[in-house]
Amino acid sequence: MSTQIKERDTETESESSEESEHQTRRLSEKRERADMKERADNDLSEHDETVRLKVFRYDPEVEGKKDPRFDTFEVPFTKGMTVLDALIYARDHFDSSLTFRHSCRQAVCGSDALFVNGRQRLGCKTQMVDLEWPVRIEPLPHADVVKDLIVDMEHFYDQMESVEPYFQTNELPSGEEQRQSRENREKVKMSTRCIWCSACMSSCNVAAGDNEYLGPAAINKAYRFAMDEREGEDMKAHRLNIIEQEHGVWRCQTQFSCTEVCPKDIPLTEHIQELKREAVKSNLKFW
Amino acid sequence: MTIHEHDVVVVGAGGAGLRAAIAAEEEGADVAMVTKLHPVRSHTGAAEGGINAALRDGDDWELHAYDTMKGSDYLGDAPAIETLAQDAPEEVIQLEHWGMPFSREDDGRVSQRPFGGLSFPRTTYAGAETGHHLLHTMYEQAVKRGIRVYDEFYVSQLAVTDHDDPEDRECHGCVAYDIKSGDVVGFRARNGVVLATGGDGQVFEHTTNAVANTGDGPAMAYRAGVPVEDMEFVQFHPTTLPSTGVLISEGVRGEGGILYNSEGERFMFEGGYANNAGELASRDVVSRAELTEVNEGRGINDEYVYLDMRHLGEERINDRLENIIHLAEDFEGVNPIDEPMPVKPGQHYHMGGIETNENGETCVSGLYAAGECACASVHGSNRLGGNALPELIVFGARAGHHAAGRDLGTAEVDTGPSARTETEDGLDTPVEPGALDTPDSDVAADGALVEPVELVERAVERERARIEDMLERDGTNHAEIREDLQETMTENVNVFRREADLKKALEVIRECRERYQGVAVSDPSRTFNTDLIHTIETGNLIDIAETITLGALAREEFRGAHWRQEHQERKDGEWLKHTMISWNDGSPELYYKPVVLEGENKEYEPKVRSY
Ligand SMILES: Cc1cc2nc3c(=O)[nH]c(=O)nc-3n(C[C@H](O)[C@H](O)[C@H](O)COP(=O)(O)OP(=O)(O)OC[C@H]3O[C@@H](n4cnc5c(N)ncnc54)[C@H](O)[C@@H]3O)c2cc1C
Ligand code: SF4
Ligand code: FES
Repeated sequence: MSTQIKERDTETESESSEESEHQTRRLSEKRERADMKERADNDLSEHDETVRLKVFRYDPEVEGKKDPRFDTFEVPFTKGMTVLDALIYARDHFDSSLTFRHSCRQAVCGSDALFVNGRQRLGCKTQMVDLEWPVRIEPLPHADVVKDLIVDMEHFYDQMESVEPYFQTNELPSGEEQRQSRENREKVKMSTRCIWCSACMSSCNVAAGDNEYLGPAAINKAYRFAMDEREGEDMKAHRLNIIEQEHGVWRCQTQFSCTEVCPKDIPLTEHIQELKREAVKSNLKFW
Repeated sequence: MTIHEHDVVVVGAGGAGLRAAIAAEEEGADVAMVTKLHPVRSHTGAAEGGINAALRDGDDWELHAYDTMKGSDYLGDAPAIETLAQDAPEEVIQLEHWGMPFSREDDGRVSQRPFGGLSFPRTTYAGAETGHHLLHTMYEQAVKRGIRVYDEFYVSQLAVTDHDDPEDRECHGCVAYDIKSGDVVGFRARNGVVLATGGDGQVFEHTTNAVANTGDGPAMAYRAGVPVEDMEFVQFHPTTLPSTGVLISEGVRGEGGILYNSEGERFMFEGGYANNAGELASRDVVSRAELTEVNEGRGINDEYVYLDMRHLGEERINDRLENIIHLAEDFEGVNPIDEPMPVKPGQHYHMGGIETNENGETCVSGLYAAGECACASVHGSNRLGGNALPELIVFGARAGHHAAGRDLGTAEVDTGPSARTETEDGLDTPVEPGALDTPDSDVAADGALVEPVELVERAVERERARIEDMLERDGTNHAEIREDLQETMTENVNVFRREADLKKALEVIRECRERYQGVAVSDPSRTFNTDLIHTIETGNLIDIAETITLGALAREEFRGAHWRQEHQERKDGEWLKHTMISWNDGSPELYYKPVVLEGENKEYEPKVRSY
């Protein structure tokens, strides 16, 4: 699988905080983007300002689409065009049966995680100029295809909902908020950004091999609550129990694929590792 | 035929729908949410700025109410505004108790910040992702309570009786299309249906709203006889990215970002649009200035202007406006540290909507509405930033509680055609608005005579036939119609409104309606047929566009977000009233009802809206 993130030296101070890691990643992506842009600008004249899409098609019900195939669409390129824009154009101008989920167009609804040029990406957050052309668009791997680019999300939702993904505490102040330190809020901040796109789950080899594995997003959800000081210690122990189950954190083989594809830059692998450490700590305590 | 039965059926699962469902469950009802998107995909997730609530010493609900009334340009109803301001603090604390990750102060309390039009910094926030956290926190609570979600079910019809007077009608449920299987199913609601379908920005070409914000709720309610209120009031945001409509927050201008045109002029000052406030003038003033520049040939690519923050320096930008860098790069392919950002005005929020009282009730019994699809009315002619999110939870909760049977007392805002004080019969429209063949309405024939379940069954049958027909016949693709509709709205019913343009728009809308009669879905599939869904949505957009335009033509004054070239001032003597449009079985009727300025302890006095 190809990834976009290359190791490069950067001038940014190498603090180990999550924030600076993003900076580094952003910077390297930015450089890459500049290269790509130049390339695309050169390409434009050759391509006569159209970009070719090769899109996966399948419909269990429609004659001629029962066997999966790729359709080719030539879409006029415009500055700022994203993969999603190109798909919308193809649907509205060439084939209204072309089917894909999308809504917000701004990386908050998590509907349009796709397999673009061999990598999990959000269609709306991927600029055409950042890609090799022609652009190959497929549904997320390791999930059942319902039709065209739509996959069945049920399994992902089940895993998310299996970790008791809701705040639980027995003590609440009346008429005012609970207190939470800034540090603690910072600690859980990245984990709360998940938009349930399932790109991580789709990229994970372990999840592909073990259907019951909770997967990176669900474990991250558990992290979000386990690390939230407002829930209290008893609850944290309960949460560690959940993620320590047979198909929980110990399955993770630290391959980082989830972290690489997450469109919200959540340090998933780190969160999983931290939970492993926490689980060991808490097991020692009870021995 | 499948008919699902529940006490309360909530249509939509954004902030308003989730809060309504949780409230109904709290009250002991068997409740279900029926939603075309999975709940976490709702557009509430896009809200960044924050949520207004008077939580601190030195602030109180009366100040919040006063600010909101002033912001509304005195077109909000005092009982609704006061309810919003009174209930918001408890609701926001409730969110915190549900674990919402608000930003924090050193003492561990939730942070608040100043926002435009507020006399106290009461905008409570969670980073630049307040809506995302609000949505996810409430969805988590719905999961905790085991609330049933019919996810990817598209509601296309209400099941309403056909009494002559809408105020005698009853709603017993709705009809939905199961997107994955292609089945048309019924929902019977024993106590009530709550519409929480969100915005309708897709009426315009360029919007900060999601693709799914197509005004389905208002269109369905309208055709079933519920009046829509103040539809002409649409808020436009001056700084959205041209290729997607993604919003670039006021924060950029707040930090010193400047706007300039193709000639390099800082037009807010040099063009004399706002000699004092410059870039920081209110949303509507800046939007109009930008469009004037473009219309007079000083735009870039005849489309947009530049918003420049390069002079702030990389360090400051990284520090204060980091998320803007990501937005501009990801969605426009522009790095704002090196280049100015292209921006133009985009539709942002619809103040108007389904007429409700402060308990979320419409005039049809058993039918409720809450959130952006409703008009309670708290925002009047102009919404203050940070006032929509509290609206979702305050009125979502009230609608849910009321539908589940809690006694909230008698509402003070009157609803339904009987609240009319004045009829508009002089409106000169170039074409007849409304249905092509009248009478035409989405109520069940003989509905008043049959059992509720049978009423739902009939609605399902009718919808099945309609869908079958669209799938089988040949005809026009909806996308062309939608494109033309959006184009005319953007050209003629935008931030500038002139009589001739509004009339032009009505003609085009009429043409769209005629073409829509011959619309056909070319994807023959029963599986995930988005072509069909979008086609139905386009039909709804036509009704919404027409009501916006009719309201805009009728209101001959300049108030809040509504600007009329021929009428450049606010006319309190004549126009302190709500514009109401009733479908009237296909022959739309325009009438007015007075604004309620009488609050709990005081009467609000209209003043000049200046900041
Ligand atoms: C970019 C942006 C930033 C904003 N920032 C702020 C802010 O900082 N502060 C603030 O107060 N407000 C803000 N707003 C406004 C506010 O976010 C919205 O008004 C609000 O979130 C709307 O919530 P809702 O629950 O009414 O609708 P939505 O969240 O849009 O939910 C609508 C629901 O209805 C469902 N639905 C729709 N039609 C159907 C149908 N036919 N059948 C079944 N289901 C259906 C959808 O699936 C969805 O679940 C912002 C808006 C935007 C666009
Ligand atoms: S963790 Fe990241 S990749 Fe995984 S579902 Fe959440 S946002 Fe998507
Ligand atoms: S369309 Fe919402 S995340 Fe891409």
